[in-house]
Amino acid sequence: MKEKFIELLKEVFEMDDQEMNMDDVFRDYDTWDSLTHLSLIAMLDDDYSVQIEDEEFKKMITVSDLYKKVAK
Amino acid sequence: MALLKYTGVGIRGIAAAVPKNIINNYEYTEHFPKEDVKDIVDKVGIFERRFTDKNTTSSDLSFAAAEKLLNDLDIDRSEIELLIFVSQTPDYRMPASSIILQDRLGLPNSTIAFDLSLGCSAFIYGLSVVYSFMEKSGIKKALLLNGETRSKVYSPKDRMTAFIFGDAGVAALIDRDKKYGESYFSLNSDGSRASLIKIEGGGYRNMSSVETVKEKVVDEYGNIRTDEHGYMNGADVFNFVIREIPKDIKRILEFSGRSKENLDYYVFHQANNYINSYLAKKLKFDTNKIPATIHKYGNTSSVSIPLTIVSELQHKFEQPKELLLSGFGVGMSWASSIIKLDNIHISEIVEI
Repeated sequence: MKEKFIELLKEVFEMDDQEMNMDDVFRDYDTWDSLTHLSLIAMLDDDYSVQIEDEEFKKMITVSDLYKKVAK
Repeated sequence: MALLKYTGVGIRGIAAAVPKNIINNYEYTEHFPKEDVKDIVDKVGIFERRFTDKNTTSSDLSFAAAEKLLNDLDIDRSEIELLIFVSQTPDYRMPASSIILQDRLGLPNSTIAFDLSLGCSAFIYGLSVVYSFMEKSGIKKALLLNGETRSKVYSPKDRMTAFIFGDAGVAALIDRDKKYGESYFSLNSDGSRASLIKIEGGGYRNMSSVETVKEKVVDEYGNIRTDEHGYMNGADVFNFVIREIPKDIKRILEFSGRSKENLDYYVFHQANNYINSYLAKKLKFDTNKIPATIHKYGNTSSVSIPLTIVSELQHKFEQPKELLLSGFGVGMSWASSIIKLDNIHISEIVEI
C-alpha cells in the first residue's frame, strides 16, 4: 500500500528517477506548484476517493501526512 | 433539492458574439517567464481567448448576438415580452442592463426585463426562470441574453486566474411548442463556499476606495492583485467540482428517467481543460459526445455552455436531440439540465 502510494505520488510530482521519503516536505520538491496541486487532488480522488480541502491541506507538511490520510 | 420539470417550452434559436481581439496565451508573457506560461497553458489547455476593448461591455456582446438572431429568424419584436440578462459584469451598478437592452433592441414597454446575477451556473438558471414564465400563457416569446467580460475581472499578474478567462455574449430565443417535450432542471447553491471565488472590494460591504484598488502581493507565489480583482481558490474549486457535479448529474438523470447513453451531447461549463477532462473521465462519459471550446475561447463563465453549443453544434439538430447541460462555479452555485433541441436555428458566430 505504501509502495503504491509513493509510486503514484512520484508520478504526480514527476519524480520518477528520484527518491521520495516519508518525512520529505512535499512543498520543497522542485515541481510543487498550484498546477501540481491539481494533479495531486485528481490522484487522491481517483485512486483513493479522498478529498482534502485547502484548510486541512495547509496543515499537511510531509509525504507521511498525505499517506496517513489515504491509509485511514 | 430543487428539481424542476417543464413541458412544451424550448429554445427556437441561439446566437453568439465574441470580440475580434484574439489573445494567444503562449504569448501572454508580459508578467511571467515564458516557460512558466507554457506550463500553465499546457495544463489548463486554453490556447486562445477573446478580449473586448475597454469600451465594449457584456451587454454590447449580447446585443450583437441578439440582433443577429432576431434578424436571422425574422422575428416580430413586438412579440417578445420577457428579456432576462444574465451577467456578473453588467454595464452599471444601476439600472439593470436588461432594461437598457429592452430599449436598444426595440422591444415593447410591456416587456418584463430584469438581470440575473450568477456566474458559471447562470445560463441554466436563466433558462429555468424563462421556462417557468413561459409555461404561463401571457408571453409569446422570450429572450435570454447572457454576456460576460471576465477579462476585466481578473488581474493579469495573478497566475491563478490570468490565463483562464475570456469574453463573449449569447442570445437565445425561447418559445412554446409541443415539439420541445419535457425539460428537466436541478438548481443548487452553497453559500458556505462563497469565498472560493470572490471579488472582495467594490461592492457595498467593502466599498471602492484607494485601499481596494491598491496592488498587493497575495501569496507565496508572488501573485499580485487588488481587492477589486477576482480571486479564485483553484484547488478547492476543483475539490468542489469533483464532489458535487457527478452527484448532481446522477440526480438529474434519475429525475428525468434518462440514462447517459440516451443523451446525444453533454455540454459542460468550460472551466479549464484539466477539470473538464477529469470530470468526463470520472463520469465515464463518451468524449465524442462532449463538445468543447475551452481551447479557443477560454472560460467565459456562464456564457461557455451556450457558446459551445453555437460554436460546435451548428447543423446538428435536423433530428431532435437531447442534451445534458452542467454549469458550476462562483457562489458556489451549480445547475444541471436536460433539454431537447429540435430543429433549432444556430447562427454563425458574430465578431465585434
